Amino acid sequence: MNLLVCISKTPETTAKISFTDGDTKFNSEGVQYIMNPYDEWYALVRAIELKEQHGGKVVAINVGGSDNDIIIRKALAIGADEAVRVNGEESSSLFVATQIANYAKDKGFDIVFCGKETINYNGSEVGPMIAELLDQPFVSFASKLDHDGSAATIERDIEGGVEVVKVNGPFVLSAAKGLAEQRIPNMRGIMMAKRKPLEVAEASAVDEKVIVKSYSLPAGKSAVKMLDPENMDELVRLLHEEAKVI
Amino acid sequence: MSVLIFAEATKGQYKKNAFEAVYYGSQLAKQLGTEAVVFTIGNGSNAAVLGQYGANKIWNQDSSKATDSQVASALIAQAAEKAEANYVILSNSALGKSLTGRLGVKLNAGVVSGVTSLPDTSGTPCVNKQVFSGKGIACYELKSGKNILSVMGNSLKPEVVGSDVAPENTSFTEPSTGLEIIETKTVDGTVPLPEAELVVSAGRGMKAPENWGIIEELADVLGATTACSRPVADTGWRPHHEHVGQTGVAIRPNLYIAIGISGAIQHLAGVNNSKTIVVINKDPEAPFFKAADYGIVADLFDVVPKLTESLKKFKQ
Ligand SMILES: Cc1cc2nc3c(=O)[nH]c(=O)nc-3n(C[C@H](O)[C@H](O)[C@H](O)COP(=O)(O)OP(=O)(O)OC[C@H]3O[C@@H](n4cnc5c(N)ncnc54)[C@H](O)[C@@H]3O)c2cc1C
Repeated sequence: MNLLVCISKTPETTAKISFTDGDTKFNSEGVQYIMNPYDEWYALVRAIELKEQHGGKVVAINVGGSDNDIIIRKALAIGADEAVRVNGEESSSLFVATQIANYAKDKGFDIVFCGKETINYNGSEVGPMIAELLDQPFVSFASKLDHDGSAATIERDIEGGVEVVKVNGPFVLSAAKGLAEQRIPNMRGIMMAKRKPLEVAEASAVDEKVIVKSYSLPAGKSAVKMLDPENMDELVRLLHEEAKVI
Repeated sequence: MSVLIFAEATKGQYKKNAFEAVYYGSQLAKQLGTEAVVFTIGNGSNAAVLGQYGANKIWNQDSSKATDSQVASALIAQAAEKAEANYVILSNSALGKSLTGRLGVKLNAGVVSGVTSLPDTSGTPCVNKQVFSGKGIACYELKSGKNILSVMGNSLKPEVVGSDVAPENTSFTEPSTGLEIIETKTVDGTVPLPEAELVVSAGRGMKAPENWGIIEELADVLGATTACSRPVADTGWRPHHEHVGQTGVAIRPNLYIAIGISGAIQHLAGVNNSKTIVVINKDPEAPFFKAADYGIVADLFDVVPKLTESLKKFKQ
């Protein structure tokens, strides 16, 4: 099977979120970056497992600058066979999806994997955009995927349960928890990753339709009220009369 | 010009997420001085009620493949063209999330998913959404004449502003796709987490899965949905769909009760937009207290049954 996995770079989960340039840019000073967890833990690993089962290859793709190479090498260390970075600034989901669809267009991938969402922009937009650009089915939030070589049976998470679907032919999928178990790269993987091909392609221009004008932080909480554990009637009263939530 | 709203039925009924999308769209239509056209796919039995939340017209297309993003986006795009819509509004639900990006490409429109308030349309329109898993807010400028917005659950309270509207049938062209819907398996009874207004959540402080009885009882009395921290789902104490946080479900209920959860930054990221947070933890230094409205330092095995008793008294 010929599999493409989209990997994205996000701030590490404990990173302090702040903004600069008059609140128009994310302040990346001192921020460490990681591979987006949904891409790394579920999408990439399930793609590698399918390759181990059916043969073929796994290509990891990232859209971004050369400082992303460290994340791409990690994907290679976990088990992707080759990688491509489309050189450009990941300015919007449309920009990223366009570059990936352009790359994938005539390469005959059986499945294009994305993560459920990125943990920075939480958009879930890239996967469906790629699917539309390639005119293929899209299966969101896949938590189980079996492939018999010609058709895939997938469980996708929906509100309060799952929907089971079957797909014939190539498709795009977004990976949710449950699809695979996280793999930690071993020493051999890390050594091999250095010798695996990392192609750099140039990005094509995209007519941006939305741009972030400014950022802000959510309103802070007022100080916590500590209550007597022996008096739960008081908590119930406060929830009813003060917070008005019950 | 119009606002087209895609309303999604859950198990054959229009519910809260549909009402929120319709109300949001109708408020936007009012703001723009135009009409709110609701589009539905399939046979939700109570479509007329969407008029109460502000729909001026309701169009329904018969199809059994409403959850196939290729089919639904093709039908919605045809409805948007017929309505000459300059905004298409959806719920930020599992289905909504698989449609917004597709529609953006199909209609050559801007996309902002998970918006939390109405756009400011006084100048170049802009709209807010949560970013960094709730740790920040971004204001997006909408540069295109056409935009697709999906509405984050619980970000506005739908009000009754009109009366029932009789749905009209449409006959748009349905594409054939490579996807076949086999079956849907859902748990009955409870409100799904993203829509829940009241949530009772528990963490590793519970010690073992067999101790969850007190959590379920509390949730039952409240009419709340249960959630959990990540390690609890990872070790299989609770099902995956209960896992909330940065790498789980992000929620914003009216009430979030956190029991035996330390309040790690990744956990807080998914829940800190809850309106009211109650924290029960035996460690007074637990970081969660900093994000709480009400805190109780106690052994959860003592205090949770007491809270349940007090709630039972209150409910009588
Ligand atoms: C990349 C990444 C992503 C992550 N994403 C998430 C996520 O999405 N969601 C998430 O939840 N976590 C996430 N985590 C994990 C997170 O960092 C914490 O490890 C986790 O939230 C801790 O879960 P917990 O609070 O249940 O357990 P603990 O941290 O072990 O806390 C248990 C708490 O229970 C209290 N307690 C114990 N016994 C009692 C008692 N008898 N009565 C009262 N209180 C008691 C303790 O004082 C303690 O505060 C992520 C971590 C990483 C690295």
